[in-house]
Amino acid sequence: MSEVLLTKDGRPLHQSLARALLRNKIRALLLIAPLLIFLVITYVMPIFSVLYKSVNNDVVYEIIPQTAQQLMEWEGDADTAPPEEIYASFATEMLIAAKAREHGRLGVHYNKDISGLSSKFRKLGRAIKKWDFEDGQSFKDKFVELDEFWGKPDTWAQLKVYSSPYTMGNFARAVDGNLTVDGFQMRPENERFLFKLFVRTMGLSLFITIMTIVLGYPVAWLLANVSTRTANLLMIMVLLPFWTSLLVRTASWRVLLQDSGVLNSLFQWANEKVPFLFNGAPYELMYNQLAVVIAMTHILMPFMILPMYSVMKTINPSYLRAAKSMGATDWTAFWRVYFPLTVSGIGAGAILVFILAVGYYITPAIVGGTDGIFISNSIAGYLKSNQGLGAALASLLLFIVLVLYFIYDRIVGVDNMKLG
Amino acid sequence: MKKTTTLLAVLSLAFATTATAEVKNLTLVSWGGAYQASQQKAYSKPYGAENGIKFTWDESSSEAVNKLRTQAESGDISWDLVDVVAADAIRLCDEGLARPVDADSELAAAPDGTPASKDFGDLIVSECFIPQIVYSTTWGFRNDIAEWNGNKPSTICDIFDVKKFPGKRAILPGAVSNMEWGAYCAGNKDVYESLKTKEGQQAALDKWSSIKDNLVFAASAADVPQLLTDGEVVMGSTYNGRLFSLIAESGAKNVEMLWDAQVFDLDGWIVPAKLPAEREAAVMKFVKYATDTQRLADQSKYISYGPARNSSAPLVGKHADLGIDMAPHMPTDPNNAKNTILTNYEFWADYRDDIDAKWEAWKAQ
Repeated sequence: MSEVLLTKDGRPLHQSLARALLRNKIRALLLIAPLLIFLVITYVMPIFSVLYKSVNNDVVYEIIPQTAQQLMEWEGDADTAPPEEIYASFATEMLIAAKAREHGRLGVHYNKDISGLSSKFRKLGRAIKKWDFEDGQSFKDKFVELDEFWGKPDTWAQLKVYSSPYTMGNFARAVDGNLTVDGFQMRPENERFLFKLFVRTMGLSLFITIMTIVLGYPVAWLLANVSTRTANLLMIMVLLPFWTSLLVRTASWRVLLQDSGVLNSLFQWANEKVPFLFNGAPYELMYNQLAVVIAMTHILMPFMILPMYSVMKTINPSYLRAAKSMGATDWTAFWRVYFPLTVSGIGAGAILVFILAVGYYITPAIVGGTDGIFISNSIAGYLKSNQGLGAALASLLLFIVLVLYFIYDRIVGVDNMKLG
Repeated sequence: MKKTTTLLAVLSLAFATTATAEVKNLTLVSWGGAYQASQQKAYSKPYGAENGIKFTWDESSSEAVNKLRTQAESGDISWDLVDVVAADAIRLCDEGLARPVDADSELAAAPDGTPASKDFGDLIVSECFIPQIVYSTTWGFRNDIAEWNGNKPSTICDIFDVKKFPGKRAILPGAVSNMEWGAYCAGNKDVYESLKTKEGQQAALDKWSSIKDNLVFAASAADVPQLLTDGEVVMGSTYNGRLFSLIAESGAKNVEMLWDAQVFDLDGWIVPAKLPAEREAAVMKFVKYATDTQRLADQSKYISYGPARNSSAPLVGKHADLGIDMAPHMPTDPNNAKNTILTNYEFWADYRDDIDAKWEAWKAQ
């Protein structure tokens, strides 16, 4: 058996080494600690709180904890009303809630999934304060006397669905479904739109990404291959819009594209001079998907050009010369030698543009009309009116982006991505 | 032990002195812009001058519900009086975040002695709500469209007549008001009863489908006047105050109002629940003053929203800067209010989520 190596102070060498390494690690950690704490507070925690909001059902357990628990244990079916004890604890807890004026909050909460409950709870809250709890009449009768609604087994079966400690109801709605007594069901055709919005957001974002590649590639090539002076001038032209406020750029597209806008006036003027030219002007260029694609392609262009440019800048021009000197045509030299070298830049730009586009809000809201809005516009709307659903949509979007990122990593490889 | 008692005594004494100290500063929450300015001129300036009270204004009305929730959770309520739309007032009242107000004992009676509850009438839509103004969502149209052959839309259902009145229409993006008009023009005069049923909702949507190709969905209420001015649309619906500033203040001669079936909505005050007693007393005193007959009429000098009291209507005068008669621009003026729909808040509280989903789905189709 070999002897354990000791350091000068008599400790085994590997222990000393481990300790020194640990100290270094701690020092490094302390250095990044401010950033780390900042990220946890401003980024990780909000994300988890949104995830939590999408499944949380705390309101129910704050106001009627016992009733909710009994409901969960109750073997609900569509034919028998719940036992008296559920009515009794519901009455007791609703009385407390009504006195604290919290009954309405519960009604609003349930009403998100079961229409009409808001006013039922409001009515109940007004009435229950006048009930005589000791008169021997069964609570069920009291409830039925107030409103037959409370006597229906179906009412309670539905309440049971939405009274679990954590609810999937928001996610069900986020994909145009509904939790019912019989489990998950799709909503009727004429009430589905969120799934469509997801598909549209993904589709348009992908299209915008492709457009920025197609249009940005030559620009990036020019930037990398002309004289420094011209390149600087070009670079300013790329960056100038980048420095302009997003809102201003979007609004200017509106000025350009609307029915009486600059472009359409031009088309109409041309049509007057040469009748067969631009027949049918003014065209609908605004408040549709076309407008979103045009405006967002322009706005996101720098995010594509800059990574491509910085990669192209590092490609040695002698590669192309070498290829040509060995007999390659211009096209072969470009396609077999130059282009593969730029893929890492395209990859970096593409993922930047795509992820930014998926979460875009202002531009679709202003120029998109109804068929151009994105899922984020819906999320923003719901975060005001129905936080749970808004949170579920946001979580879903996050999840989809993560999956796409994973697929992207598999196909293109994230390690291949270069920002310069 | 003794020390603690002394400390407690000193502390309670300190609290007692602050409690009896007069409240010199009230924090009011409103919407900013021309509307808040009208409140300042009509209510808070004269009151402050008389009573030596300073007002701090917070322009947070649009987020009032969420912010009040947060304040209530932390127990530190920094607002004294909050201007909200009626629907928000009902929600805040339901959630126990607003204080119930007894109209007859806590608000001023009309000059002729009519108790406040009668003077406000139906407009007290919640026990916490102190009505202030009536505004409406209504239509403006261009009067210089050649294809209309000199015709002008005169009833709400002319909106749906694209043969007689070709051109695009701008509407607000939400379901409220639009569903009412759809139902009304689909022939269901009892708008809310019909909208409670699936068939009624579908009929309203079908009515809109008939002119969907002619619709532009405005991103916000401020967009509509712009679209009308630019000639992007020939008609547009938005809040009457927006159309008033286009027609009267910026003097657009080619836009007119269509008041038929305007949808009334209310805006008013709520007092946050659980205010400290002395602040509550101070704010109740102010709100009694600010919602009396004369003050509500005064506000209409500065903005074209109708006073919520019956007794204020005869006192509506001229615009303070433009010098024009305000009465014809008021949604509550008898000539404009021949046929109106008052937003049914109870209905929307119950059916909002359902109808919103249908409306959005219909828009996306």
